[in-house]
Amino acid sequence: MEAGSCSSGTTLLTKLLLLFISFSCLWTSLASGNGDGYTITGRVKIPGTSSLGVGLPAKVSNVKVILNGGKSVTFLRPDGYFSFHNVPAGTHLIEVAAIGYFFSPVRVDVSARNPGKVQAALTETRKGLSELVLEPLSEEQYYEIREPFSIMSVVKSPMGLMMGFMAFVMLVMPKLVENMDTEEMKRAQEEMRNQGVPSFANLLSGGQRSD
Amino acid sequence: MAMAMSSRVLALFFFLLSCSYLGLSLYEDQVGLMDWHQRYIGKVKHAVFHTQKAGRKRVVVSTEENVIASLDLRHGEIFWRHVLGANDSIDEIDIALGKYVITLSSDGKIARAWNLADGQMVWESFLPGSLPSKSILFIPTNLKIGKEDFILVYSSGILYAVSSVDGEPFWKRDLVSEGFDARQLVYPRGRNVIQVLGFSSDTQFGVVEVNVNSGELLKHDKFAFPSGFSGDISFLSSDTAVALDSSREGLVSIRFSDGVISFQQAQISDLVQDFSGVAAILPYKLVEKVAVKTKKSVVFLEVTNKGSFVIVDNVDVTAVLSDSLPLSEGQQAIGLMQHEDGNIQLTVKLSSDWSSSLIKENIRIDSHRGKVQKLFLNNYIRTDRSSGFRALVVMEDHSLLLLQQGEIVWSREDGLASILEVTTSELPVEKDGVSVAKVEHSLFEWLKGHLLKLKGTLMLATPDDIGAIQKLRLQSSEKNKMTRDHNGFRKLIIVLTRAGKLFALHTGDGRIVWSVLLSSLRESETCKAPRVLNLLQWQVPHHHALDENPSIVVFGRCGSTLDAPGVYTTVDAYTGRELSSLGPFHSIAQIIPLPYTDSKEQRLHLVMDTEWRAHLYPRTTEALTIFHRELGNTYWYSVEADNGILRGHAAKGNCVLQVSDEYCFDTRNLWSIVFPPESEKIIATTNRRLNEVVHTQAKVVADQDVMYKYISKNLIFVATTTPKAVGGIGSVTPDESKLVVHLVDTITGRILHRMTHHGSQGPVHAVFSENWVVYHYFNLRAHRYEMSVIEIYDQSRADNKDVLKLVLGKHNLTSPISSYSRPEVVTKQQSYFFSHSVKAIAATSTAKGITSKQLLIGTISDQVLALDKRFLDPRRTLNPTQAEKEEGIIPLTDSLPIIPQSYVTHAYKVEGLRGIVTIPAKLESTTLVFVHGVDLFFTRLAPSKTYDSLTEDFSYALLLLTIVALVMAIFVTWILSERKELQEKWR
Repeated sequence: MEAGSCSSGTTLLTKLLLLFISFSCLWTSLASGNGDGYTITGRVKIPGTSSLGVGLPAKVSNVKVILNGGKSVTFLRPDGYFSFHNVPAGTHLIEVAAIGYFFSPVRVDVSARNPGKVQAALTETRKGLSELVLEPLSEEQYYEIREPFSIMSVVKSPMGLMMGFMAFVMLVMPKLVENMDTEEMKRAQEEMRNQGVPSFANLLSGGQRSD
Repeated sequence: MAMAMSSRVLALFFFLLSCSYLGLSLYEDQVGLMDWHQRYIGKVKHAVFHTQKAGRKRVVVSTEENVIASLDLRHGEIFWRHVLGANDSIDEIDIALGKYVITLSSDGKIARAWNLADGQMVWESFLPGSLPSKSILFIPTNLKIGKEDFILVYSSGILYAVSSVDGEPFWKRDLVSEGFDARQLVYPRGRNVIQVLGFSSDTQFGVVEVNVNSGELLKHDKFAFPSGFSGDISFLSSDTAVALDSSREGLVSIRFSDGVISFQQAQISDLVQDFSGVAAILPYKLVEKVAVKTKKSVVFLEVTNKGSFVIVDNVDVTAVLSDSLPLSEGQQAIGLMQHEDGNIQLTVKLSSDWSSSLIKENIRIDSHRGKVQKLFLNNYIRTDRSSGFRALVVMEDHSLLLLQQGEIVWSREDGLASILEVTTSELPVEKDGVSVAKVEHSLFEWLKGHLLKLKGTLMLATPDDIGAIQKLRLQSSEKNKMTRDHNGFRKLIIVLTRAGKLFALHTGDGRIVWSVLLSSLRESETCKAPRVLNLLQWQVPHHHALDENPSIVVFGRCGSTLDAPGVYTTVDAYTGRELSSLGPFHSIAQIIPLPYTDSKEQRLHLVMDTEWRAHLYPRTTEALTIFHRELGNTYWYSVEADNGILRGHAAKGNCVLQVSDEYCFDTRNLWSIVFPPESEKIIATTNRRLNEVVHTQAKVVADQDVMYKYISKNLIFVATTTPKAVGGIGSVTPDESKLVVHLVDTITGRILHRMTHHGSQGPVHAVFSENWVVYHYFNLRAHRYEMSVIEIYDQSRADNKDVLKLVLGKHNLTSPISSYSRPEVVTKQQSYFFSHSVKAIAATSTAKGITSKQLLIGTISDQVLALDKRFLDPRRTLNPTQAEKEEGIIPLTDSLPIIPQSYVTHAYKVEGLRGIVTIPAKLESTTLVFVHGVDLFFTRLAPSKTYDSLTEDFSYALLLLTIVALVMAIFVTWILSERKELQEKWR
């Protein structure tokens, strides 16, 4: 919790140390032997995977943690921890590349004045992080889910519409015709007889005439 | 007006088409239907076998692409693989405790352990040092500190003992302060010390002893050798070494034991006949032997007990050795590979008995793999309890072969992991029509397939059926044919790799159609250390000249410096045969494909040399006539990023040389833009693709207004930044950095647009298409990446929308476009946040340029995201009006959306992504995308959906069913009406 416990002189922190140091403080320690470099240590936590041990699913073993757009790349240990060494003081960007998850890049400030003090914030949501534990903002589903079979999808398809129209003509139209006045019906039949059988050519020429 | 209307309708049409599909999307069962993905590792540097007591025999390799991978020894497939960072090159690998792979990278500064079985990183250890030096990884057996196994790492002058279980250093010993340069670590049996052998200074050989448990320096013996050492040394055993003296003409044998040392010097000229020049000790780890390379041969030497040299063998200089391989009973085997007219010969000899060989095999290897470059040997016990050997061989073209019993067991084309340039070629036209019989035969199959697909879409398929559907789809041999198709989906992707090899890949399934190691770009007497530069189209026959094959040209340079002589070679794109080559000739600074072709459709090229002279290729009189005609219209530009200068050039008369050369032209400098070196440094330049097609200059905006795009092939985008900010993120504060972008006309040197992003920095990735540029950079103030778009419009044509003027002919639509006419341009710009770092950006390109564009963004996680260009439209506003919405303007958001379904690489990663190439298909809606890095990925995209063809998913069976049903219905109703009519008549 105090900066003092963070800036312990070791470069690498043992798992034991990790367990004992308070979680409210970010584990950043001065790189020994090299005055200008710091170490950023953090952890990637993917829900649904156990926090300790080797219970990471196969696809998580391919997670990469990337500092400053590719300046250095590191991988996760079985417990999800990662560290970047020899990082100069300044403001840095950490990205996590994991297939199937969307991680927000993290802004990490490494202070020169206050050695070992690290501040982190998600750049997507501007949420500050009290500790460098990176969790995915969302899971990424790369494939469209096939809709289960439904009558509606068939009905909506062009063929379905054709069938529907046909059914309409076959079933509903006669009903409509039946409901018509017998007088009107007769008149219509008369008209039809006068015109003869409507042919396609007639229809076309009729269309032109009306234009 | 009519044009405006029609394009408005068109725009609306596309909007309607695409409004529901902002991203393209794929169903999981469609994977592999039109895409393919290939995984590679790159040129192997080190290999460690793991075959003893292992169920799955494997070999762990590290490569020049910074890949660590575990390969199946039976088939060469990748079990697991990790691609390390770009500047994290792997120095050493080994296996510890039989279950961890230890890698040493970044000059030995980073040690990592990977689980051998699944590739999970177990620990990582940072081992800093001050002095760069060769790093050594030493994994002693049966040596423990306390109860833990450990490994020894010598990195940058410091010796570390690191626990092999969790990577914790037990102790470290600074040897730099001793002035010591370690070369070998030895653990003498029965003593609790580590011996470090090396040079205490240029003239002193040193032996340092360090306590195993504490790292305490026990003693440091220095032995002076007055002639001095060159640095080459080879350790023959725990007490014998051979070094090269400082003149590189003499060998020194060093024998040391218990603080007593003896040097014995011998001149190489006394040992080897007609020796001249200098020698080198080959860095193989041999036991009892040393391999010395002279100009003509490789000489094997032994050192006698008295320290004198004995020549054992003398082989050709191209011979390649393996490290010593320990066999049972303390024997050591050495593999030797020699070239013998087309074949390679593998000889395995016992180190102790050089006169006889254990095996001697001749293996026939394709000549297009070149020479053997590396050999790794492994043994196995045959059923008759004798030793058999397998050899892992790295060839000149970077391919990896496993040889066993004189056969190639498997091979991997890992040259494809380092593609430099990509171009495409059409396939030949199908000559004979498809026979009818074949169609009839497949009609039933075809229908059955569609019935199955129908079942699939109706979700009625059983798992067996789904399997059959998948198989049918993948097998659809249609896409793998070797002929041109109607839609232009089938093409050859021709790639040039760093090894100087050309591959032609089929777009259907990614198989290699042909490959050729360019003979004129190989090491030869006239061309030392050749390097390939560029791959261009040389001859693309016209549609009607079908009997001619297209050809491509590869430019290269003999040597690594800019002024090294150049060469070029042309290659037949269908067969991979080298047609002609020229060189070495003048140096190559820049290659400019000209927009002219001769009567044989050969493209003219101008090649600049470093003295600003332009050379015309091909060297034919016809090309010369064409070029003389266009001499006044030929302009080009050059970018000197280091000096911060942009220059425009034009050609003038022939060169004034002692030997007259009519293909050589002097150039004149037209203009130059000098960026002040203290405030601006060029970090990125982008131009438009020369072959890009733009459908229309007019863009119809809301309210029936027209805007005219400023479309010029002579525009470049230049981004500069403060020199301090070149170091990347984390090196500057926002106040110290600014990013300036320019649009420059390359004919006149006029800056059309200039824009400063304060508090921003590179790296900048940009794409220039039609009249817009999209670029990606880092905003330090927000500490997020941003993408900006600049669109440039021609204002001088803006008045043309008046109908009356058009009718009266008072328009300037037909006036020629010239860079000299000083157009009034307007630019529109907008910026958005983007979440990820970017490795490459490209824009989709289609045959006619009608289809809307998508940006293809290669992200840091090695995926490719397709982003609709409409998201990067500078006219986006917070609340678009109804008219603007109709036009397809999306409400403004501060960041660009990342829709997982629009990753074109879906669940694949293109590890080490370097480039994205888009190729238009013949079908207007479709574009082909090829992504290369360590992996290769190819897919087909339809940015506005396939509006001009039916999708693969289209159910022909359902269509057929509907038609049948309709016809039946017609008959039924006909019969019914007939019957009714009859009844009416009877009434």
